[in-house]
Amino acid sequence: MIPAGGILVVSAVLFVTGVIGVMIRRSALVIFMSIELMLNAANLLFVGMARLLGTMDGQLFAFFVMTVAAAEAAVGLAIIIALFRRRRTTDVDQVNLLKW
Amino acid sequence: MLSLLWLIPVLPALGFIVNGLLGPRLPKWVVSAVACGSVLLAFLLSAGCVLELADMPEAQRHVVVSLGDWIAPLHLSWSFLLDPLSSLMILVVTGVGLLIHIYSIGYMWEEEGYWRYFAYLNLFMSMMLTLVLGSSLPLLFVGWEGVGLCSYLLIGFFYWKTDCADAGRKAFIVNRIGDASFITGMMIAFVTFGGTFDIAEILARAPDVARTSPGTVVAIALLMFGGACGKSAQIPLYVWLPDAMAGPTPVSALIHAATMVTAGVYMVCRMSPLYVLAPGALATVAIVGAATALMAAVIAMAQDDIKKVLAYSTISQLGYMFLAAGVGAFSAAIFHLTTHAFFKALLFLGSGAVIHALHGEQDMTKMGGLRKALPRTFWVFFFGWIAISGVPFTSGFFSKDEILYRAFVANPGLWLAGFVGAIMTAIYMTRLMGLTFFGASRVAPDKAHHIHEAPPTMMFALVVLAVLALLGGFMGMPEAWFGVSPLEHWLEPSLAAPPSALHPRGMEPPAGPETLLMILSSLAALGGIGVGYYLWVTRPELPGRIASSLPGLFRFVKGKLYVDEVYEALILEPYEALCRLMSRFDSVVVDGVVNGMGTAFETSGHVLKLFHSGYVRNYAVFYLAGAAAVVWYLVM
Amino acid sequence: MQNAVVIPPIDWSLLGPLVWLLAGAVAVTLLAVGPRPWRHYTGYAALLALAGPAVATLRLWGGSAAALTPPTTMSGMIQMDRFALCFHFIFLATAALTMLLSIPSLSERHGDSAEYYALVLFATSGMLLMSATTNLLVLFLGLEILSLPLYILVGFTRWQDRSLEASMKYFLLGAFSTGFTIYGMALMYGATGTLDLSRMAATGPSPILMLGFGLTLVGFLFKIAAFPFHYWLPDVYQGAPTSVTAFMIAGTKAAAFAAILRIVTAPVFWDGPLTLEWTRLLTALSALTMTAGNAVALVQNNLKRMLAYSSIAHAGYLLIAVVARSTDGVSSVVFYLAAYLLMNIGAFAVVMVVDRSRGGEGEGDFIASYQGLGRRHPALAAAMTVFMLSLTGVPLTGGFVGKFYIFRAAIDSNMYGLAVVGLLNSVVAAAYYLNVVLNMYMKEPVSEPPKVATPALLGLGITLSVAGVLYLGIFPARLLEIARNLLL
Repeated sequence: MIPAGGILVVSAVLFVTGVIGVMIRRSALVIFMSIELMLNAANLLFVGMARLLGTMDGQLFAFFVMTVAAAEAAVGLAIIIALFRRRRTTDVDQVNLLKW
Repeated sequence: MLSLLWLIPVLPALGFIVNGLLGPRLPKWVVSAVACGSVLLAFLLSAGCVLELADMPEAQRHVVVSLGDWIAPLHLSWSFLLDPLSSLMILVVTGVGLLIHIYSIGYMWEEEGYWRYFAYLNLFMSMMLTLVLGSSLPLLFVGWEGVGLCSYLLIGFFYWKTDCADAGRKAFIVNRIGDASFITGMMIAFVTFGGTFDIAEILARAPDVARTSPGTVVAIALLMFGGACGKSAQIPLYVWLPDAMAGPTPVSALIHAATMVTAGVYMVCRMSPLYVLAPGALATVAIVGAATALMAAVIAMAQDDIKKVLAYSTISQLGYMFLAAGVGAFSAAIFHLTTHAFFKALLFLGSGAVIHALHGEQDMTKMGGLRKALPRTFWVFFFGWIAISGVPFTSGFFSKDEILYRAFVANPGLWLAGFVGAIMTAIYMTRLMGLTFFGASRVAPDKAHHIHEAPPTMMFALVVLAVLALLGGFMGMPEAWFGVSPLEHWLEPSLAAPPSALHPRGMEPPAGPETLLMILSSLAALGGIGVGYYLWVTRPELPGRIASSLPGLFRFVKGKLYVDEVYEALILEPYEALCRLMSRFDSVVVDGVVNGMGTAFETSGHVLKLFHSGYVRNYAVFYLAGAAAVVWYLVM
Repeated sequence: MQNAVVIPPIDWSLLGPLVWLLAGAVAVTLLAVGPRPWRHYTGYAALLALAGPAVATLRLWGGSAAALTPPTTMSGMIQMDRFALCFHFIFLATAALTMLLSIPSLSERHGDSAEYYALVLFATSGMLLMSATTNLLVLFLGLEILSLPLYILVGFTRWQDRSLEASMKYFLLGAFSTGFTIYGMALMYGATGTLDLSRMAATGPSPILMLGFGLTLVGFLFKIAAFPFHYWLPDVYQGAPTSVTAFMIAGTKAAAFAAILRIVTAPVFWDGPLTLEWTRLLTALSALTMTAGNAVALVQNNLKRMLAYSSIAHAGYLLIAVVARSTDGVSSVVFYLAAYLLMNIGAFAVVMVVDRSRGGEGEGDFIASYQGLGRRHPALAAAMTVFMLSLTGVPLTGGFVGKFYIFRAAIDSNMYGLAVVGLLNSVVAAAYYLNVVLNMYMKEPVSEPPKVATPALLGLGITLSVAGVLYLGIFPARLLEIARNLLL
């Protein structure tokens, strides 16, 4: 049996890694990958908790998160590609027309 | 059709919206059609509703049509009330209003801002009808303020002339004083009558309240009468009305003679069951009315501006209406309101035709002899003249006579004031006729050769009003002759019976004094006309000599008894001083705080704006900081 | 077989609005590959597709009026109570007005854009889902079904730099925010063992539950753009095509408020050991949000951006009603959102018309473009005046009644301080709203733009909005009656 604390810690580490990735990386693609890491941290937590609690809901949720993440990836990559076509960059720090 | 009652005020409002929004792009004939058409529809609908009301049994003639809630916590709704009183009012307002709309087509055709004029006029109609039909005090007050607003807008219609703008402002300030009084009365009524604004409920509860706290009822009645003094130009708040003549003449006819200024009379009659419970207030109304009737008639004698004469005459006639209400003869007040609407609208529109013909000349000393140049105008004006003077069997004769008779029953002193006023009315109106239409022409030569009769649209309205002014009195024929007056009978369910002390039926014999007084009134009218004719037509040099032999008195009257000046010294000067003081306080302390706050906000805006750097990663950092703070707060 | 999965019975009638809407969305999508002449009418088809769910919602409204227990289906995952139905109307009205705004410019500029309309319909279905559940999973799905189409819609005019940039920012921050939401949901699940908000038990102030609640809440606070999660909003609203901005400003905000209300009205939070914490938190955020939005709105010269900041301030006002924590507060949120959707969509419709006279590429969004509008387009200027007055909160407009009831709810709950902050902010906001009116009537433009005709559908949208704003301002009783006692 995996202890609840262990699940929490691992998933939290994963989540924070993702968050830090979003903060420090400049490529839109890598930022998006970091976000996927955050989603997976949540998935891990769901599955682990489902296991601990002995209910199915958490595992179900994880499936839905994966599906949504796939859809999000499709949309996100399309947007990033469209941006790259026009600006020739995926560096989010150079995308700065709208401000103030 | 009664269920469509709410449409009556809404129709002119639609006209206002169409003309107000699309006016500048529409051709003039469309603007006219929309404006007149909406009022025509309102008139037809009113007529239909009134006919339906007349078919109902007498006891049920009290129809309330509700559009829905307005302010639910106060139990206020958009409800309109049709009863005999408001039915007569909507017919007068839409009928006379329609004629004046039609007249305005010709009168305003050449003016700048034609569409704006009709938009305002339609808005006015809508508000006036709301005032008349509103079944609760706040709704009545919405109309009350709305007509005031339109009145200022239209007085200042030629806003590029400074006196117009000033007149608009004066009307605004004086009316504010009255409104403050009215609102106070309304609020006290709300509290006193158990938290209701509904007129019918207030009136139903009034007897009980009057028994327990008679003083409060008197206070409410007086405060509301204060509002009426402002709107209906009574002493001491009448000073705005003569200046209001700066507006276009049809506006003077509609707003400042036929409808809006009678709102105060209407309000007192509407609240009549409350007033009869407050004898002190009722007496005040009568005395103020009689004094105003007399004083305004005196001032009117010495005015040279044709519209000013008519303005003071309006104030005087409104005084008669209040006199009637004050002696408990509410139906006589409404009767005179109606006939006055006919003949005074006629006189104003007729004077408008004269002014139109003379290209804006309003000074009667520069008129004269127009009878030949403008025969048709002269004849319609003639009927207005005999009606207001009270020549027997004209509309003004019946209504004024009814008032004088009832005043006599109440108090012969009041009757005497009214009687003298009636003689003077005949004199100053004859003076007006003499200076304008009779004698030799004093018209400036450059204007003399293109004097022309009014266009057909204007003439149409004049003729209809002339007929009404002549024959309109037969709807309220005196009891002495026919036993019962149809108008009084119709209005009876809406109005309170006069207090027993003032009731003529208690007097014996009833027919005697009424016939006698009627003969006296006829003599007064004819005598006044005779004197006026002798002075200003037969011997036109005589008034000048009389005036120069009494220079002080003449100047005093001509200067409108210097009331404006007295107000200036007594009220305006200290008020302005106070204002200056307040404004200094305002500019230093209040502005300091307000501006400080504004500046603080703006500066922080400029600073906070910088956080919106446009960098998505910055936003993520703020987000993370926020999330961390939220979580920290919740968990710790 | 003991472990056989039992599929719960499904009450299809309760799913009516959702099913009809999705069917319509799919049909509109199919139109994109249909015969060419048909494609011209996709916009109208999408408008028509909203009729189905509207009728279904109306029927449910009539039927559920008498029901005492919440009508639920799919093991309680869908809860079609009056609260949900009320929000359904708001979403469907938003979508319908958005169609009116979109059809003219889309059919002129981009030919047939079936995908645009389909995406709007799909996003609307996400909103419906968010309001009709107390289940975290469904809430999450609704949020994503709403968000994904919006990411695309914001970047729909992909030849414009600003549109693409807005899309990218919205996507990255939205996905980032989703990460927090899901993680929060996972924690709440872990702490209570259930995904159903209404079944979560109050086991004392458990830190894990509070942590999860906070992270979940943050995700929705991001959607309503509460401080400090509001930074994305001005950029996105300014960059997005104006019709999409109108859709988002009304629809997304209403959906997120529905979700927030669903979360905080769960028994465990509404009146339990955790209540004090979140009310205090949201009180602070509400005050900060109003002030931050208004202060920056004051110094904007672009009308779209100004309205974006002002919408942040309005989110602050709405939060007041949430923290009032009363049934009156909930009904005032619904009323305010209804008025808010009308006045904002109307204002953006006017923005679209004015922008057309300046070339239609965003040049007309500056407030200076409104100079002299009162003379050039009196009707348009009058409509804009109504919207600005309503946003300010002047009596006889829906905005006034909405604010009035929000502040009353706050005062009834003894939240005087917050009410005062709200009132002060309303006064400040008047400055920038009336500045627009001032520009329209009192200032003359430097160069006179050509007069352009208002497309019929845009005109219809504006007219409906004006009528609605005035109706709600003059006859608020009807809607207030409907919005009363939404919580069972």
